[in-house]
Amino acid sequence: MVSFRGRSIVSIRDMTRDDLIKVVQTTELVKRGELSGFLEGKTVATLFFEPSTRTRLSFESAVFKSGGSVFGIANPKASSQSKGESFADSIRTVSGYCDVLVIRHPVEGAARMASELTSTPVINAGDGANQHPTQTFLDLFTINESFGRLDNLKIGMMGDLKYGRTVHSLANALSLFGNELTFISPPTLQMPEHILKELSDRKIRYSSIADLEEAENSDLDILYVTRIQKERFGDPQEYEKVAGIYRITQDTIRMLGEDVRVMHPLPRVDEIAEEVDTMPNAMYFTQAHNGIPTRQALLGLMTGGLD
Amino acid sequence: MTRAYKVYSIENGTVIDHIPTPLALKVISILGLGSEGIMTIGIGFNSRKHPYGKDILKIENRELSHDETNKIALIAPDATINIIKNGEVSEKRQITLPSEVRDILSCPNPNCATNMLGARKHFMLENKETVTYRCRYCERATVVNADMLSKK
Repeated sequence: MVSFRGRSIVSIRDMTRDDLIKVVQTTELVKRGELSGFLEGKTVATLFFEPSTRTRLSFESAVFKSGGSVFGIANPKASSQSKGESFADSIRTVSGYCDVLVIRHPVEGAARMASELTSTPVINAGDGANQHPTQTFLDLFTINESFGRLDNLKIGMMGDLKYGRTVHSLANALSLFGNELTFISPPTLQMPEHILKELSDRKIRYSSIADLEEAENSDLDILYVTRIQKERFGDPQEYEKVAGIYRITQDTIRMLGEDVRVMHPLPRVDEIAEEVDTMPNAMYFTQAHNGIPTRQALLGLMTGGLD
Repeated sequence: MTRAYKVYSIENGTVIDHIPTPLALKVISILGLGSEGIMTIGIGFNSRKHPYGKDILKIENRELSHDETNKIALIAPDATINIIKNGEVSEKRQITLPSEVRDILSCPNPNCATNMLGARKHFMLENKETVTYRCRYCERATVVNADMLSKK
């Protein structure tokens, strides 16, 4: 029996297949409006040691919608850390003020460390380049909402697959369900070897290609696009060359097949042309909005209101 | 005829052989054996297994525990351990990689909580064949090398 009560959510690596199904199913009930008020009397602290307006607002909205209260810091310069208080002391202190701690921190492993310093459950809202599990939960929910299943799908992941934590976590989660993965990236930004090794160990079929056109007859159900970050390239010309190749337009959608759904963790720069937004294939705004019921569901499960 | 030993035999204690040169001092560091009686170290013996030679470490009057000897596998997986009692080999011990390692290995990721926020160093075994460990905090998997041994 899966239970999230009192449990910290730090990494997708800690999740079983049943855990992920539980989050997706609960999110479904929350989104349908069948569950409400389950955070009444609960207080959530959002400690953002690096700015991330989108994620923070999404958590705060989720708390308010479920009847809870929320407080926190949005700017590390305004916190006592700027007075020299240690991270550990901040966590030990604030954990006494709330029922759940939501933490975002530029240092990898900060959320894991926080979860060991307090008995108050912690949600990792991003720790450097490492993990951002609620993004993966909302991605899975969006896939399940669209296809009615999380298995037997052909999923393409495109863009910066080397540094993108979103695609690493998603590949890891999808590998628990048995899907076929296609990785589309420039040779310099390919999926890291250790992730490919994990997929092989789990007998997941995958292929790596450099050119999106090679995916023409691959019957993709989903194309998950990520941003290629300019700062990864020493030479701006090199960036322009790569960025141009990996740009999704209406023509790209027609080339891949009318049924392909396009996802993106946002923010996008220009890797998806705005002309795609109005196509039924565009899932990325729905995906972003699904962050609210997903975080509501998770908070409800962790505080016992939905257990 | 009496055989001339290059490293003298011990009456009681632990002999660690087949350590790749020059890792004997790293083994002492892993075991935390700074000031615990007499140790004899031989460096650079001929070895078929190790092209740069092997080191031998003899620790007098100290029988290492299994947990201790398993740590040696992190940098010297081919090392052999003999426990000596009254001048005789009383146990030939196999070493296996520990499933978890605390405090000994440093994470090479400079942005890891163990390096930035003072989290306790903690690794989990990921792959026995390649001696790869995953950091509990930043979750990066690394093939263990001598540079990861903490400087205490």
